[in-house]
Amino acid sequence: MAKEAQQQVSYTVEELVAVNPYNPDILADLENYVNEQVSSQKYSLDANLCLLRLYQCEPERMSPPIVARILIKALMAMPAQDFSLCLFLIPEQVQSEEQFKTLIVLSHYLETARFRLFWDEVAKNRSLLESVPGFQQAIEAYAVHVLSLIYQKVPRAVLAEAINKEGLALDQFLEYHVANSGWAIEKSQGRSQLIVLPPNEFNHPELKKNASDSVSYEHVTRIFPVLS
Amino acid sequence: MAAYDADSSAGGDLAYDPNFVPDSVKTFVVHLYRQIRDKNVYEIHQMYEGSFNRLTDRMFRESPWPTAEAVAPYVDGDHVFCLLYREMWFRHVYARLTPTPKQRVESWDNYCSLFGVVLHGVVNMQLPNQWLWDMVDEFVYQFQSYCQYRAKLKNKTEEELQLLRNFDQAWNVYGVLNYLQALVEKSNIIQILEREKEGLEQFTVDNGYDYQGGSNVLKMLGYYSMIGLLRVHCLLGDYRTGLKCMAPIDLSQQGVYTNVIGSHISTIYHYGFANLMLRRYGDAIREFNKMLLYILKYKQYHQKSPQYDQILKKNEQMYALLAVCLSLCPQQKLVDENVSTQLKEKYNDKMTKMQRYDDEASTVYDELFSYGCPKFITPSAPVLDEPLTNYNQEAYRLQLKMFLFEVKQQQLLAGIRSFLKIYSTITVTKLAQFMDVDEATLRTILMTYKHKMHSTDNDGKIVSNADIDFYVDDDTVHVVEAKPTKRFGDYFLRQILKFEEMISELEKVQLD
Repeated sequence: MAKEAQQQVSYTVEELVAVNPYNPDILADLENYVNEQVSSQKYSLDANLCLLRLYQCEPERMSPPIVARILIKALMAMPAQDFSLCLFLIPEQVQSEEQFKTLIVLSHYLETARFRLFWDEVAKNRSLLESVPGFQQAIEAYAVHVLSLIYQKVPRAVLAEAINKEGLALDQFLEYHVANSGWAIEKSQGRSQLIVLPPNEFNHPELKKNASDSVSYEHVTRIFPVLS
Repeated sequence: MAAYDADSSAGGDLAYDPNFVPDSVKTFVVHLYRQIRDKNVYEIHQMYEGSFNRLTDRMFRESPWPTAEAVAPYVDGDHVFCLLYREMWFRHVYARLTPTPKQRVESWDNYCSLFGVVLHGVVNMQLPNQWLWDMVDEFVYQFQSYCQYRAKLKNKTEEELQLLRNFDQAWNVYGVLNYLQALVEKSNIIQILEREKEGLEQFTVDNGYDYQGGSNVLKMLGYYSMIGLLRVHCLLGDYRTGLKCMAPIDLSQQGVYTNVIGSHISTIYHYGFANLMLRRYGDAIREFNKMLLYILKYKQYHQKSPQYDQILKKNEQMYALLAVCLSLCPQQKLVDENVSTQLKEKYNDKMTKMQRYDDEASTVYDELFSYGCPKFITPSAPVLDEPLTNYNQEAYRLQLKMFLFEVKQQQLLAGIRSFLKIYSTITVTKLAQFMDVDEATLRTILMTYKHKMHSTDNDGKIVSNADIDFYVDDDTVHVVEAKPTKRFGDYFLRQILKFEEMISELEKVQLD
């Protein structure tokens, strides 16, 4: 019996999900793993989807706090679409519970870039969101990502609203990114600062590599016999 | 075993005697059995597709075939043959008649036995790929059908409810998924496909058949089970996992999956649908386009096939889904001319409406999505106490609701697109004026456009699906027209290979 127990432990959760995902016995392991993801700021979409599937098959075993945590972690993974992927597996009656409605609203604001409304709503739901460390930073990263998709130079006010920082906190944020992420600050005619974001293929279209014309290695190997 | 219940209301001939074996059936099973023992795949295929359907049309249009017990004496009572025969027997009942609840459960038992035998590695046959595909396809179909059946509790008789209580393990979702997974694993198909890339296997070249006297059954069932898993996950709403199950198959090339048209269509249909739900509109459009073009070219060759109706139905569904994708992500250049013409014929009005993004648009999105989507299922077991309701539509309603919510979020983008088409530069203030919103809202719309038109691929990389792109410099929007990309590399490769072929043909010609 003891040897079997040892063998059980030696499978990590990731391995379980890869090897034996359609197995109701791993439900408890998956739930523990969600808590582990929250406390150690890790993330595994596949493990969480696996758990949501098990809940789908056995709705009596569903745990709302765990689902809430999964959804918050998914929000933090934006711009990846993880939040919707999770919602596809959660029945409508469950989605209409208060805390889930709040999370769906938050996701909606983020998806439509309504950052001011988003941060206002976050302020009203501190207890729900503060239970997951790293939430603030993850959303800030998403906001910066969206801004980098479109702006070569973004006005300070727009950035401020997106990451919910003002005054000294904003200055510190800018300082950090100027030092580490290749940002620069300009003065725009009389008005306040303009933040110059690093060029990438989305805000500087000339940088876009014409990737679709590159030929994959496997396809080139087809003509090796001809070339020889 | 499957005693065809002459008292049940499941339609059929009251004069049917399950134990009567007409001579033609006797001949059929004797021959089929012999061909299977001799591993004559071609003959097996002729009998499976041809003779079976001809006999069905002639004698079994409205009643089942004789039972496996009745034909067993003519085939030495061969256990595996009877399992195969029974699988065809049930498939026929599902296709031409209506299965009774008991038959549904018995079919599940048969699949368990059949797959059990295959998984224990004792099968030494070679069967046509068409048959093996049909087995997996039917397995998933009957599972879907059963979930739909047991979710309609309202008008069930006490007898039916009792059956559900007693056989609660039949068609349970874990069982179905685990069988498919087991077939994938036991067949080692993933490793085989990997090794093939390094030239260590002949799997695709041999179309999965084994020319060294072995069996193709486990390998091919494993291969087709990957597609089966994609399908089941789509039915459950788990698109990402579905696509992961299919990952070992390279869709950019011909492969074993393209050799049986049913598997080709099922793969692309579900792949495209999953990508649509994952907002990867570009990928969905590309694959639907390829498939629709193929069907356009080759459907005439399948007119006599029993799958013809299914092919046509999936064809129509894919046009509907393509219309949806193109309305959300207008990338007309990804669509072939011929497909485009067909699409315009069927959906020109509706696409115009969808691109308007008003309430009427929502109705059209609803209509086309509902027509094109798979028949989603609720996997959990039914709760059999009062009050009994029908909940078979719940899964579909959830997916539809989420899809329409996504569409609504993209509603603001239609206006933006039309302005971006006209201007190469425009200030944020002016654009806001034209769109009748304040500046802050406009900036929000611009960000939404960028976010929605970029999707994350499986490796986390951001990929653009946008036809019209832009960037903003402080307060000016600069529009960038996406240049149409010509794929020279691919074209040259194809021509090189073609010419090589021609040259070697010419060299073979001897002039006197």
